[in-house]
Amino acid sequence: MNLQNIFSEIEKVDGDVYDRMDTRRSAMKQFANFTGKAALATMPLVLGSMFKKAYGQTPADVIGTLQFALTLEYLEAKFYNIGVPGVGVQTNAGAAGIAALQKIRADENKHVLYLRTVITALGSTPINEPTFDLTAGNGSNAGPFLGWEGNYDVFLAMAQTFEDTGVRAYKGAAGTLINNKTVLTAALNVHSVEAKHAAHIRQMRRARATAPGAIAAAYVGNIKPWINNAESNIGGPFAAPVQPSYNGEEITVQGGINIVTVASVTATAASASFDEPLSRAAVLAIVDPFIV
Amino acid sequence: MKRQLSPPPLQNEKLISSFGIQRRNMLKFFGASAAVVALGTACNNDDDVDQNTDTGVFLGAGDFQILNFAYALEQLEAAFYIQVLASPGFNAMSVLEKEYMTDIKDHEVIHREYFKAALGSNAIKGLTPNFSAVDFSTRAGILAQAKAFEDTGVSAYNGAAKYITDLNYLLAAGKIVSVEARHAALIRDLISNGSFADDLDVNALDIDKTPTAVVDIANAFLANDSKISKRGLPA
Repeated sequence: MNLQNIFSEIEKVDGDVYDRMDTRRSAMKQFANFTGKAALATMPLVLGSMFKKAYGQTPADVIGTLQFALTLEYLEAKFYNIGVPGVGVQTNAGAAGIAALQKIRADENKHVLYLRTVITALGSTPINEPTFDLTAGNGSNAGPFLGWEGNYDVFLAMAQTFEDTGVRAYKGAAGTLINNKTVLTAALNVHSVEAKHAAHIRQMRRARATAPGAIAAAYVGNIKPWINNAESNIGGPFAAPVQPSYNGEEITVQGGINIVTVASVTATAASASFDEPLSRAAVLAIVDPFIV
Repeated sequence: MKRQLSPPPLQNEKLISSFGIQRRNMLKFFGASAAVVALGTACNNDDDVDQNTDTGVFLGAGDFQILNFAYALEQLEAAFYIQVLASPGFNAMSVLEKEYMTDIKDHEVIHREYFKAALGSNAIKGLTPNFSAVDFSTRAGILAQAKAFEDTGVSAYNGAAKYITDLNYLLAAGKIVSVEARHAALIRDLISNGSFADDLDVNALDIDKTPTAVVDIANAFLANDSKISKRGLPA
């Protein structure tokens, strides 16, 4: 065990690690004090105790949040890795659409690798990629999105929902990272990329709604890059399965402030100007049918 | 490493006390933690500001400082889009583009009013913009400036979030930044379709900006009596 290496690794992902140790004295000095009293055999325990003091209860929260985020990124990456080369996209998306989807696919795969690196650097083992059932059939491979990879409209509806859900998931998890500034900032820098993806997919759906061959019932309302009220703008048989990802987006009171009143705006504008979080439990319930 | 151990003027202390910020954070703010000095891993916040000549709008301290920072940016964005809607370049846009611009204007006005209400008596004054450098006469001019503001907004929230200590304020910032990111993606696509998420880092993360870097950008669009002070602002 090389102590300096451990601190170096942690410092890479938590620039404040020394600062945390420092509320009383420097990390190395603290360590020296510990080792003066502790036998070598108890070293791992001593280290664990130091980190627990430095982070309070946060190590488990931070790692848990990162593993949770990794689960979602695995799902998104898998979705695009299968869907982008699939018949539905390749036949209907056009050159610009395919290029955009390849870009998003690449981003999600980078997020997977990045999160794995961060989790490893924090001294934990990244979870393995789960087995997915992208039809949302819980392993039956016959869920409500059956045939999605061959159907561009279903693919786009799912892409939008995954991206919007990802935004809500990162937002809901941010609070658990408040004591780890480096990981918090990194998570927010992923969070806003998911929102950019969502905005573009929504634009693609808007363009597709009136395209020849589109499933008209899949497109409802006046879809925007942002979320109006609790509207998915996804219709037909896909409306019900995706709705849990949008419920709660309709709120118009923020921190006790009635937005409609203070800004003299419509409820639609008030709801769209704030994206709402989802708890980890709510997100896991949403993605559960996709995980075997 | 340069360090400034003398505390900022009393006004800071008063604001911090009234907000009930933790002693540890207070020490950090004043740069008075001897252990940190010894290790040399942290950087002080207010090295770069000459406090004798910095007469700009003071943002306060603690979470109110970051909220006022956001309030200043939202004031700027709201003022920009309000002017867009009355400009010749707007008239040259398509019906759908006009609808987008109007929606975004509403969102930015909402963000501005939200922060104003949330800050209450701690809010900075209403800022006077100076958009003399902006070309409002063409669609391209408007979109170029909109891109700059939206990109700055995203990087500003992402960079400032770590200085927020209150969970509810952190969440509020998170709720807003993803809407700014949606704006940014749209504006980018209107300029060049497919550029919605360009300019990320190698890991496909957005690149955040420090509050002082953001203030430098914002001040270029603020009138002389409305420029923001960097005093006490995290570098």
